[in-house]
Amino acid sequence: MDNHAVNHAADIDRQVRGYMVVFVALLAMTAVTVGVSYLHLEVHHAIEVALVIACFKASLVLLFFMHLISERHVIFVILAFTVAFFLVLMILPILTNLDHIRV
Amino acid sequence: MEGLIPYITEPREDTGLTNGKIGIWLFLASEIMLFGAFFATYIVMRLGSDVWPRGWEAQNVPLGTVNTAVLITSSVTMVMAWASLERSDVKKFQMFAAATVALGAVFLVIKYIEYTSHFHENMWPRTDTYLAVYFTMTGLHALHVIFGMSVNGYFWLAGPSYWAAGDRQLLINRVENAGLFWHFVDIVWIFLFPVLYLL
Repeated sequence: MDNHAVNHAADIDRQVRGYMVVFVALLAMTAVTVGVSYLHLEVHHAIEVALVIACFKASLVLLFFMHLISERHVIFVILAFTVAFFLVLMILPILTNLDHIRV
Repeated sequence: MEGLIPYITEPREDTGLTNGKIGIWLFLASEIMLFGAFFATYIVMRLGSDVWPRGWEAQNVPLGTVNTAVLITSSVTMVMAWASLERSDVKKFQMFAAATVALGAVFLVIKYIEYTSHFHENMWPRTDTYLAVYFTMTGLHALHVIFGMSVNGYFWLAGPSYWAAGDRQLLINRVENAGLFWHFVDIVWIFLFPVLYLL
């Protein structure tokens, strides 16, 4: 094998080790999310905890399984626009309901 | 033919990406907005309701937890299928691709058990707003699982033919793109599970 092939194989091996770490982390965070749900917290506290953990899990999947950690600029531009519009989609209904939230 | 976007297996100089990868990310962006609309609907419905059940009252949390683990595991087998191709190991690729499809099937079987359990308890989409949102969002997600299984199933069976024909980079790129879709389906469930089962 030439140097390029050797480096490529080593790079894939390193990535595979990373996938296993992420796998264990995702399972552990799932266990934490479920464990916290059995504490029967107030709804607003439960939402905070669940969404923080879910966002962290999603970030791990995006960064490592979907390779965003080593992705090109164009993908981040696409995602930045998407995230901006997604946030508008989430925040608008919350704002319009602020006067009678019953959670 | 002039005017068509050419299929390329090597990244373009200007974007540093293949057209296929930009295409799948644009598609995923539209999918984020699709599910975003349903999450926004959930927020509107929940904030506007006088009564809304806590997820654990209406759902089987242990089964939902198992399904979450199943989908996370399938994401690992998916990425391992891609890594196997990068290592030029087609046999392992087929093994991991088959495992991904099988885990997708396990997810759907568990979902079927949950659905039939709801129906036996007379819990239908028309019963209340929570159940309408639950069945709509998990149903749409299940359709995505079925679509992802179909794509992965195709590459599991046809992958060796691509490889034998010398279209190796083509197969690697397509499996990576199929994987991006599969991981997106996993991410959607990562949010659906707490929203519908735990809150």
